[in-house]
Order: sequence, then structure tokens, then C-alpha cells
Amino acid sequence: MSNGKTFKLDGKNIAFQDGDTVMDAALRAGEYIPHLCHNPEFTPHGSCRVCIVGVNGRHFSACTLPATDNMEVDNSSETIMDQRRNLLQMLFVEGNHVCPGCEKSGACQLQAVAYYTRMLSPHYTHFFPKRTVDASHRDIAIDFNRCILCELCVRASRDVDNKNVFSITGRGLKSHLVINSASGRLYDSELSATDKAVSVCPVGAILPKHIGYDQPIGERLYDNKPISIVGDVASEANRENKDQN
Amino acid sequence: MKNIESFITEQLSDTGNKPDRLLQHLWAIQHRYSYIPDKAVELLTSSMHIPAMQIFGVIDFYAFLHREARGDFDILFSDSITDRMLGNLTLLNSLCKKLDIEPGKPRTDGRVTVDVTSCTGICDQGPALLINGKVIPRLDEDRIAKIAELIEVGTPLSDWPQPFFTVEDNIQRSGILLNDSIINGSAIESLLKNDSDAALMMIEKSCLRGRGGAGFNTSMKWRFCRDTKAEEHYVVCNADEGEPGTFKDRVLLNSYADNLFEGMTLCAGIIGAKKGYLYLRGEYFYLLEALQQTLQRRRDSNLLGNDIAGRQGFDFDIEIHLGAGAYICGEESALIESLEGKRGIPRKRPPFPVTNGFRNQPTVVNNVETFIAAAKIVVFGADWFRSVGTDDSTGTKLLSISGDCARPGIYEYPFGVSVRQVVEDCGAEDVQAVQVAGAAGTTLPPQEFDRKIAFEDVSTGGSFMVFDQQRDLLDMVQNFSHFFYHESCGFCTPCRVGGALMKNLVDKAIHGHATRGDLMEMENIGLVMQQNSHCGLGVTAPKPVLDTLEKFPEIYSKRLANRGFEPAFDLDAALEESRQITGRDDLEAHIQYEPLLNSAKQDES
Repeated sequence: MSNGKTFKLDGKNIAFQDGDTVMDAALRAGEYIPHLCHNPEFTPHGSCRVCIVGVNGRHFSACTLPATDNMEVDNSSETIMDQRRNLLQMLFVEGNHVCPGCEKSGACQLQAVAYYTRMLSPHYTHFFPKRTVDASHRDIAIDFNRCILCELCVRASRDVDNKNVFSITGRGLKSHLVINSASGRLYDSELSATDKAVSVCPVGAILPKHIGYDQPIGERLYDNKPISIVGDVASEANRENKDQN
Repeated sequence: MKNIESFITEQLSDTGNKPDRLLQHLWAIQHRYSYIPDKAVELLTSSMHIPAMQIFGVIDFYAFLHREARGDFDILFSDSITDRMLGNLTLLNSLCKKLDIEPGKPRTDGRVTVDVTSCTGICDQGPALLINGKVIPRLDEDRIAKIAELIEVGTPLSDWPQPFFTVEDNIQRSGILLNDSIINGSAIESLLKNDSDAALMMIEKSCLRGRGGAGFNTSMKWRFCRDTKAEEHYVVCNADEGEPGTFKDRVLLNSYADNLFEGMTLCAGIIGAKKGYLYLRGEYFYLLEALQQTLQRRRDSNLLGNDIAGRQGFDFDIEIHLGAGAYICGEESALIESLEGKRGIPRKRPPFPVTNGFRNQPTVVNNVETFIAAAKIVVFGADWFRSVGTDDSTGTKLLSISGDCARPGIYEYPFGVSVRQVVEDCGAEDVQAVQVAGAAGTTLPPQEFDRKIAFEDVSTGGSFMVFDQQRDLLDMVQNFSHFFYHESCGFCTPCRVGGALMKNLVDKAIHGHATRGDLMEMENIGLVMQQNSHCGLGVTAPKPVLDTLEKFPEIYSKRLANRGFEPAFDLDAALEESRQITGRDDLEAHIQYEPLLNSAKQDES
């Protein structure tokens, strides 16, 4: 499948095809580049910036950076890790992420990437925004406090479910997720529990109801192995495992 | 109020229901009703097949669109740092007092709203305000009093004294671009005389580079676009002049519109475009009518439309799209999104607009000044253009000069002119600093005044703001960091969150509560933004802070709190809720700052 072209990721040769991004090729080769808004099933987005890598001293989001022959990509220097940590800390203080009280804890990608980058505290001043929880739907709840604006649900609902249940409104720090329904709430939207838009959420924002603690703390996705080995919440392998449980 | 259903039906039948049109329809509704009523969104949803929430998403993105009614007179004070320096806030408060109104809220009788907006491009004739899309420059207490009176009486805007609305071109120094005029149609004639290759060669030989500030080679851009095989090609003029302190496009659109349209038509002939767009910033709405007339005149003279200048198959026309108060739409891919009627979120690049632009077709996006230069180059020749400027930056640059100087206005200089020369010419004295290229630009202290205005040294879209020794530069930094916080599109983490954190820290410094640690934090956040943002806005947003931390550290250090640690929030303000609940407002219900400070000092010693 390779056409002989390679780039170096932390010195390791990674084969790629024309049209691949650095992220595409790395994931295919089993190399982990931390990411949140990226999901290989969807068009790259490049908004969370957590997947930044260094090339010739400049930073690019790996999910949108086209791979080129012989390019040297820095994926793990302290500089890069430090930048990622800062970006994660910004995401933590922007919303209200209270891991100990969150039912997604242990299976949350934001939390797992934070552990991976050895983030020890949110560091920045919390914004403590006033956000709501929408539990009006029979099978699904949304806690807007935990939304990180990755737009995966927006993309999944539009491109896979063909329902357009979600969109983003506002600008700047006021940007937020909204629901396309007459009431603006979930119960009269077209969302159903089996929708791609539900399973694709990397954090504890969109939660299927009634199964919150079926999987006990200690046995969750990232409880025993880091995200660099386990992979994404929404990856095919992890979805299958969940189904078997 | 005219029946909204018939208004929208009329709009849709006039200009169509393609999703591209959404922003333009919203503009028309906003202008007609002073807001976008829910009923209008419902009608647009059903006729344009766009989900309601998506339409709300567009409304909420643009500062000039509202979901709640504004006053019959909707007033926006320009709030650039130069307006501030001319006392805009005093005048705003004075007007609010006269009208008995709070900023941002319509008066209970619905008569008037008073609010602020980002730089309106009238910096040389400020302070200025926009009222229902028209501009009133040169505000003073007399004007404010008269405005209050006219509003109270309810005089329709069309009956207000016309001198109120006079905006001068204010050209203080002109060079080859402004002086050497071409006859309408002569650039098109030159294009048709030979072939489009010859015209493109001329532009290549002139070494013309984009005048927006980034300086990409124009002939290369046009060639890439032309050589991309596609169904359609588009020409887009970026007249979203939003960089604080820039107003040269205002003057060019007012007095050189024919040259601009000539340049766009030339580009169309070269790249094979049938359709062009002028993306006009919402703040320049007052120029729209005259621009439409110029376009019509050109159609009537066969300089636009079908078989232009008698050449069979040379079909091209230009449409004007209005922006609606979003600085980010000056970024070319965000501008294209906005042209398509969407939220102005910059696209990921590559692919670039030259191959995948408007409607995913190859598109040239150039600055107003660039198109005008191109039109003149094919008439006067590449050597005419190269006779001035430097090797890397040929030709001239228009500077928009404002701030502390005797003669603000438009100055045309050959590239390579020193900052010192410009400062002297505009009559600035006792200068502390010059901000070149706007809020996103560079802060220069007098030690750097020998630097040149050129792509290879200090590159600029044209903004040039002067600050004398009396000014506190931290006010400038604060104005800019609030500006970027307000204008961030919110797409990427570093700009959205970092920009907000930065703004809060600058405020903390202004209020005298920042510590050395906070300054280090500002530098750190600035680097995270600069290195990791999705587009140029986030990359440049921390520049005023980083530049001044490096070059003017004393503006920070003289205001530092004299302690190692300061709470991030205002302790006294945090008690406000408790005070309200207990109904107390006595001294003991407040944190007294001074004793706290003293005890902290005792602890240290």
C-alpha cells in the first residue's frame, strides 16, 4: 500500500500515501498523536489544536497537515508536550470539568489525553461559565458544561445520521453547541440513542441514559492502559468492546 | 411595519433563495426591521431549506445582526483606540445621559439604542459613530447635543443636516497610484489588444505583491487560479477593511471605484472568471449606493456584462456582498465562507482559495489597493510601477495615519520609506510609539524609527497609529486585547480561550492588580496563541502584549501590585451577592483593600 514515500515521526519512518495527513499515516502505522476533535471517520477539523506537531520549528495540527516526503515531525519533545498541556488546560478552565463527579470519568478522552500529557492541574483561572444540562430526552442527556466544541456531534449528525440535530452558534468565547429543534431542547429533536452523533462524543457532554455506571470505575476504558494504547472513545475497536460488555 | 411575509417573499424573488444569499437576506431584514424577528427565520428556514438553528448561528456570529429589536435610531460609537484618544467614551456617556439610556439597551419607547463597535475606519476624522448604517464623523459635544435633539423630535435620518454625514477623503500625500489616472476601459483595452498572457506578464514584471499586508505575489496567485481546471473561476475583492486604524479602502472605494472594478475585470479576463464579488464591510454600508451606481454606469458603457468592450465571449459582472461586523472576515477563507452566507470561520489550508475557493472553485481574493495597482500597471507598464519602491517591495503603499499627529489622513509613499520620515511628515511630535499594521501589527519605539515600510521589514496593510509621550500605552494594549477577544471567531482553542485569558490579565494589569507572575503568564499565553492558532487572527492577537512586554516593560512594571500573589478575581466584588442577600452595604460588609495590603507587607517583613 505504500508508494515508497515516508516521513519521520520522532525519528521513526512512517509510510504514507498521497493525500494522507500526518495524522492519517501515523494512526495507520499505530503511532499515537494526541487529539480530541479528530476522528478518522470524519473530515479533519483542526480546531482543538491538541494534535500540534513541530516541523522545522513551526507548529501544525497533524490532522490537517499533508504528509510530505522526508519531512521530520516532532511529536513528543518537551516543547510540543508543553504546548499541548497548555491547550488542554485552556479547555479545562473554559468549561466546567469536574472529573470526580462525572459519569464519563475513566472513559473520557479529555481526561485521558490530559493524563497522557501529564497535566497536573488546570493552572489557568477558571471561567466557571453558567451552562445548562438538558435531560429532557428519554434516552440521552446533554451536559453543556463538558462540551469542548469539537463539533464531532455536529458533523456526525449532519454527515452520517442525516439529521442535522446540532449546530454551533455565537462567536468567540460565546460559541456554544445548540440543538436544532422547535423548543431548542433534546426531547423534540430527531436524536436517537443509536445515532452516530451520540457515540462520537469524546467527553461526557452527550451521554446515553440508564447505563451510567454499568461499567464500574476501575474497569473503564482508560483506567488501566493509557490512551496511546487504547485509542479513541469512539474508535471501532472500543465501540465493539463496549457492545460485548 | 410592512408585512414581513411579503417583504421576505419579495427579497427572495428579487435575489433568489440559494444558501449563498442567507447573509444578504439577513442584512436586508435587519436593516428594514432593526432586528431579525423569529418569524423571519421561520420563513427563511422553509424557503431556503436551512435549519433554523443554523440561521441563528449566522445571526449570532455577526455583530451587526440582532435577534432582539434595536432602537429606531441604532447608534454605534466607533471604539478604536484612536476614537478613545479623541474622547469617544465621554461623548457616548454624554449622549446616553441626554437620552436617558443605558449603553446596549434600547430605550423603553424603542426610539434609540446606543452601543459601541470595533473600528469603523474613520480614525482620521474621529470620533465617529454609525447611525442606521450612516457615518457621522468629527463628533463633539455640540454635535452630540444636536443628535440628541433630532432623536427626541424623531426627525427621520434623511432630514438630518447633510454636513453631519460628510466624510472627507483626506489625502495628504499622493504618489503614482493616486496621481496617475487612467481612462475608464483602458486597462481592459490593453488586455484585449494583446492576449491575457501578455497582461499577466506585465503584472509579473511589475513584481506586484498583495497590498493586504501578507504580500503574496499577485501574478503568481492569478496564474495558479487560471491554471486550475474548473467549471467556474471567481474574482473576489476583499474590501473588509477591519484592521483598527486602516481607512485607505474607504477612500479608494469612494474616489477610485472605477479603477477597482477595472482591476477586477482585468483579473477576470486573465483567469477566465464570469463572476466577481466585492465583499464590502458592513461599516461601509454608506458607500454601497454610489458603488452600485458605478457598477451600473460600467454596465451601460459595456465595461461589465456580456461581450465586454465588444469582445465576444468576454462576460463578467460584479456583485456587492455586505459583511455584517466581523473582523475575521478579512481573512480570505473566512471571507469566502461569509460570501457563501455562512459563519465566517477560516477554512483549513491547504487547499487554498486559488484552487478551492468560493463554491469550492478556484478564486482570486485580492485587496482593493492591489486591483487598482494591477489596472494601472497594464496601462502604464511594469517599469512605471517599478520606478519606485524597493527590489522586494515595488511600487507604493497607502498609509492610513491617525492618532497623535497634526495631519492625520491618507499618505502614499514609495515602499522603503522610513518610519521616521512618515512620523515627521504627518506632524507628530514627542512620539512615544507608533503602531504599524493595526492591532495585529508591530509596536515601534523611537529607537526603531529607521526601519522601513516594506514587505522585507515592517509589513503593513496600511494602518499607522501614533502615540505621544502623554499616552499610557497600556490603554492601547487593553483596547486591542478586548478587540481580539470580541473578534475571535471561537473556532480554535488557543485564540478562543487564550484570547479571553489574555484580556482578563491585561485588565488585571490596568487595575494595578497584576504581579510579575501574571506578566510571565501573559507571555506564556501569548506564545501558545502565536504558535498554535488556526489562522492569522490568533497568531497575531497576542502581538501588542508581547511587543510591549519586550519594548515597553515599564508600562507594566509601574502598575504591578507590590506582592508575590494576587487573587485572580476581585475579592470585594465577589461579596456583592452576599451583600445583596443580607441587605448590607456598610463598611464591614466590604473587604478593605488597604489594611489587607498593610498586613501582607508586615507578613513579608
